[in-house]
Amino acid sequence: MSNDVMAEIQRDYLFNLVLKGERADGRAFDEFREMSIETNVIGAAEGSALVKLGDTQVLVGIKTQPGEPFPDTPDVGVIITNAELIPMASPEFEAGPPREGAIEIARVVDRGIRESKSIDLKKLCITEGEKVWIIFIDIHVLNNGGNIIDAASAGSIAALLTATLPAARYDLGEDSQIPMRDIPIAVTAIEFGGELLLDPSLDEEQIAGTSLTVITNTDGSISGMQKSGAEPLTVDQVIRVVDMAKTAAAEIRKKFLEV
Amino acid sequence: MNDKPEHFIIDGKRLDGRNLDELRPIKIEMSPLDRADGSCYLEWGNNKIMAAVYGPRELHPRHRQNMTRSVVQYRYNMASFSVDERIRPGPSRRSVEISKVSREAFEPVVFTKFFPRTAIDVFIEVLQADAGTRTAGINAASLALADAGIPMRGLVSACAVGKVDGRIVLDLMKEEDNYGEADMPVAMIAGGRITLLQMDGRLTTEEFYEALKLAKTGCDKVYELQRQALLEKYGGEHPVDAEDVSLEGDTDEQ
Repeated sequence: MSNDVMAEIQRDYLFNLVLKGERADGRAFDEFREMSIETNVIGAAEGSALVKLGDTQVLVGIKTQPGEPFPDTPDVGVIITNAELIPMASPEFEAGPPREGAIEIARVVDRGIRESKSIDLKKLCITEGEKVWIIFIDIHVLNNGGNIIDAASAGSIAALLTATLPAARYDLGEDSQIPMRDIPIAVTAIEFGGELLLDPSLDEEQIAGTSLTVITNTDGSISGMQKSGAEPLTVDQVIRVVDMAKTAAAEIRKKFLEV
Repeated sequence: MNDKPEHFIIDGKRLDGRNLDELRPIKIEMSPLDRADGSCYLEWGNNKIMAAVYGPRELHPRHRQNMTRSVVQYRYNMASFSVDERIRPGPSRRSVEISKVSREAFEPVVFTKFFPRTAIDVFIEVLQADAGTRTAGINAASLALADAGIPMRGLVSACAVGKVDGRIVLDLMKEEDNYGEADMPVAMIAGGRITLLQMDGRLTTEEFYEALKLAKTGCDKVYELQRQALLEKYGGEHPVDAEDVSLEGDTDEQ
């Protein structure tokens, strides 16, 4: 109940700010918090990235191993994405198998990577019908400061871009990079007081009724979308988020050229 | 095992003879289940969907109760025999995600404040799957909720749009879903507010605008069928016009 009371006070405060065109941390509505990406932070993983987005910290690890392809797609590699909202990251998270929140994060990140065809899965085929590379993307949320999904998506791509396929370990030739073709970027907006705010902080996320995540590619095409939350959006709002997401994604993508 | 058709659209017609903006046939049967407070059976193409609603009823465990409103619970489940290759019974990651976004498609619509401390349970069983099961489930759930007498701001109508052969099409069938270039399920409240939106595949911004517009057309058509089904069952003494039902001026949720 005390949470509910705090939420009401918080909501009023943030609502009044939004009416004035402001946010609590002084950002513009379409402005991201500072994002830092550090790669190769875990030596044991084939690829890894620690993303800090404001207070949010997400660690993504990539493990790869040869395995059997799915019977209906014998000549392409396999991507398996998992997200853990571990209790360390927030007093609200509990131990145990992933619940709908974690599953949704993993599935939306997965969708962006898969549907953009950013990984050339055909090149992950070792022997058709028998052996392909399986790529595990594991998202570990260390601190929930809001907008986990954009941080997780950026971390996954950064980790993939720096990951190796340890072929030598399995007597499959020389080690190589994971064949990457594109950099899909997830951008999330919340709707609050009729306005659209990019990269919601934890407080903003908790009072907003609804968020929309849009994943865009280098050529400006859209490869994934997910509305989440119990408030409707108008068609006009959706179109505006897509425009904002494209611009913001282009800005974030520049960071990856340094990776 | 790759039966990808060479073309999905030949002379402006799709594999099953439909136009690009045409829905598969929809058949609705109201209240087929006796025990549930509300139910609906819906066929959409080869999809066979059963929806049941229980509630408002006491919510267990009690700590999950909300003092100010009813808690909407939504379970989307596929029968193990509903697809060619048997699927393991029980919740999958896919069904958990679909249940979540489907529930959120209804939360803005149901007058939950009328029933504090209760649960409204929506159960969807996909008996036979043929692409578009989540949208079919939502359409059936909408009618089952109405059948249960749950007060709502309006009906939720859903359909999927997608891209095949480089063209934007309405209501993907199985082949189009499996091998198409994009799939975008959308749910709307009559009047055009979006309560569910997902997309995967690859669309340019222009194609996305077109898809969104086509989705609206599709949802409007579905809405008309839902409305007719309700009128047939409950008579048309006081037909409510869709335009009268809006979220504006309705402040109880805030």
